[in-house]
Amino acid sequence: MNADRPRLISLRNPWFTASAGALSLLFVFSAWVGFVWLPSAQDDALFKGLLNAICSAAGAPRAWLGEASPPVPPKAPVSSVVLTPGMLEGASAGGSIGRGATLALRCTMCHGARGVSAANTPNLAGQYAPSIYKELRDFQSGARTSAIMVPMLAGLGDQDLRDLSAYYAALPRDSAPEMYPAPDIVATGSPMRNIAPCESCHGAMATKLGAPWLALQPREYLKSQLEAFAGGSRHNDISAQMRNIARNMTPDEINAAASYYTQNR
Amino acid sequence: MISNKRLVLAHFWLAFAVFGLAILLGEWQMFIRSPLHGWLHNPDLYYRSVTAHGTVMGYVFPTLIAMGFGYAITELSLGQALIGRRWAWAGYVMIIVGSVAAVVPVALGLDSVLYTFYPPMIGNAFYYIGVVLVVLGSWIWVALMGINLQAWKRAHPGVAVPLPMFANVAAAYLWGWTAVGAALELLFQILPVALGFSNTINAGLARVLFSWTLHAIVYFWLMPAYIAFYTIVPRAIGGRLYSDTMARISFALFLVFSMPIGIHHLFADPQVGSGFKFIHSVFTAMVTVPTLLTVFTIGASVEIAARLRGGKGVFGWLKALPWDNPQMLALAFSFVMLGFGGAGGLINMSYQLDSTIHNTQWITGHFHLIFGGAVVIMYFAIAYDLWPHLTGRAMRDLGMIRMQLWLWFVGMIVTTFPWHYVGILGMPRRMAYYDYSAPGTSGEAISVIMSTMGGALLVVSAVLFLVILYRNHSASRVEPAPFTFSRAIHEPSSLPLALNGLGLWVGLMIALTITNYAYPIVQLMGLPDARVPAVFVGAK
Repeated sequence: MNADRPRLISLRNPWFTASAGALSLLFVFSAWVGFVWLPSAQDDALFKGLLNAICSAAGAPRAWLGEASPPVPPKAPVSSVVLTPGMLEGASAGGSIGRGATLALRCTMCHGARGVSAANTPNLAGQYAPSIYKELRDFQSGARTSAIMVPMLAGLGDQDLRDLSAYYAALPRDSAPEMYPAPDIVATGSPMRNIAPCESCHGAMATKLGAPWLALQPREYLKSQLEAFAGGSRHNDISAQMRNIARNMTPDEINAAASYYTQNR
Repeated sequence: MISNKRLVLAHFWLAFAVFGLAILLGEWQMFIRSPLHGWLHNPDLYYRSVTAHGTVMGYVFPTLIAMGFGYAITELSLGQALIGRRWAWAGYVMIIVGSVAAVVPVALGLDSVLYTFYPPMIGNAFYYIGVVLVVLGSWIWVALMGINLQAWKRAHPGVAVPLPMFANVAAAYLWGWTAVGAALELLFQILPVALGFSNTINAGLARVLFSWTLHAIVYFWLMPAYIAFYTIVPRAIGGRLYSDTMARISFALFLVFSMPIGIHHLFADPQVGSGFKFIHSVFTAMVTVPTLLTVFTIGASVEIAARLRGGKGVFGWLKALPWDNPQMLALAFSFVMLGFGGAGGLINMSYQLDSTIHNTQWITGHFHLIFGGAVVIMYFAIAYDLWPHLTGRAMRDLGMIRMQLWLWFVGMIVTTFPWHYVGILGMPRRMAYYDYSAPGTSGEAISVIMSTMGGALLVVSAVLFLVILYRNHSASRVEPAPFTFSRAIHEPSSLPLALNGLGLWVGLMIALTITNYAYPIVQLMGLPDARVPAVFVGAK
């Protein structure tokens, strides 16, 4: 091998030294500005000192609120359920539907023998399991109140609630007639009033975890719940999502949404 | 002489066919969210359309152009038949299969996640698998470009690598490395969730990985246009390239500075530290160097052409330029759009100024002006220049070509200028409908209508373009003169090692990726509580 053959990566190659040197200088300069100089201009204890400045500019997670006061507790109990796609997976994946059917005998007088009734209670047949489970947990924790549901759930354990949810989710839905075109509030909401379309979470267009399927629920039930959200007497919606929406809806819009989902039945 | 004409034509025709379909979707989107149409009662249709439009225009169309043009450059500039012809066809087939696999679930409403994926939103796995196939198909091209260059260099020791091939391989290596970010995101973050192995995702990490791809991909789209600036336009207008060295340095600097800057897309993301945002902002500013080098070099090359044609005076030479030549016209339009788009880009890349326009329609206006305008108009110019050499037939519709380029230019300005304006007014992007009756937003209505009209001009221009190419296939046969690239004033006889290969610049690109990305990525990988529940999209 000829020792005089020019090499690309070599201190004697001016192209290499110039480009690598200039980039190194640029990097060191921008790092100094970004990690030392600019943070030091912050008038905040967390940025004081070289190490603090560098760590904060690097985005190292730290207890920013360590010295702040603890969060203000809510006036009324709120939902403690954490909704995740895998929340109902786990120990009893198999066989829980049958057990849920046995437990559901206590529910039949209001919710019907097969999850459908004319008692102005929610129709549970075919409802999403996470939605049922969340409401049951909220009744138990006091986040949602009901003179009937709370005593019915006394003594039921977490596995019982999971089995009940699985059972009702497995029941066939009441056969739905052809849905008539959705009114504006359901299809488009009202963006300037922060009202998302009902359909974007509750079915027809898209579904979101924890949001119940609303089609063919009793009109009285839907209307009363929207009004309860609007007035704040129902408060188990996570992050106040439904309260913020319902509060901005007009009575006409509440009627239109309820009528659409019940198909005027 | 192109020996694999069918291969190049197949890439170009497929690219322009999907472009023709996707532009219709784009105009439909402009129309549907304008005051000319009532609110869309199924907004998901809009998001399906946006996803398909972005996937086709962002991944499939420019990749096919770069590939087809790259194969043509290999044979034309190296004077040798393409090595790996079967592999090239295999890559082409993979892109077709991938595109179909991606677009079908999008059309079914299973993947309305937009082409930037937006985790924690997760759609049907076939969409992501399709995108991966498109990337894998294009990696075959990356490898072939490197192999062909190495084979030529072995056969021609000590001879200067032709500029077009140098630039072409720079584009290939840029794409090869920058696509790694999105590939890592798809394979290790999104697909495990889409396939059901996990139902939580580290969304912050996924977004950082995508930013690795998201900005350099723009320079990959840009590369064919820049290659045309340097190697086609000066020849086509009867001039000389002002400096071969300057051209090589520009492409080398694009390679180096395209990569370590993607976090400027994440200025509003909380999971990245402000120090890294600042560094990426500084390196983004460095992209102005190769850009301005190019503007200067091409400006000088054009002036040479004008003076050779008898142009006189400080500015008087502008009149002597061949303005009826489509290449001249395309270059001028491209530079005007690049100028406005680049000026807007300076605002996007500034850590502070960005906050005024982040996630507004300004951004959509910006990348349509740069990519759809400055870059795609050069794709047209490339096609016009190459077509007679591919079909062996005369390109005689010069009047139609000029009309098409004018329409594209005017259409793009009319589309994007009001688009920028409503962005400054605060109009958010990615929405299917807007309440133009509200007092705060009613002033935006007229601008949005103007944009829609501009979009209609673009559709007309695209149709005209496809007609011109199609008509050429039945025009009279000619034996075109051998294809040549621009010649520089000083043709390089021997080059320094650094400018006769890409080793140094690829090395610097990877080194800067490590300095600018390693810490944010490693830090986010190590955060135990950074995983969030996936949000599954798609109608049930």
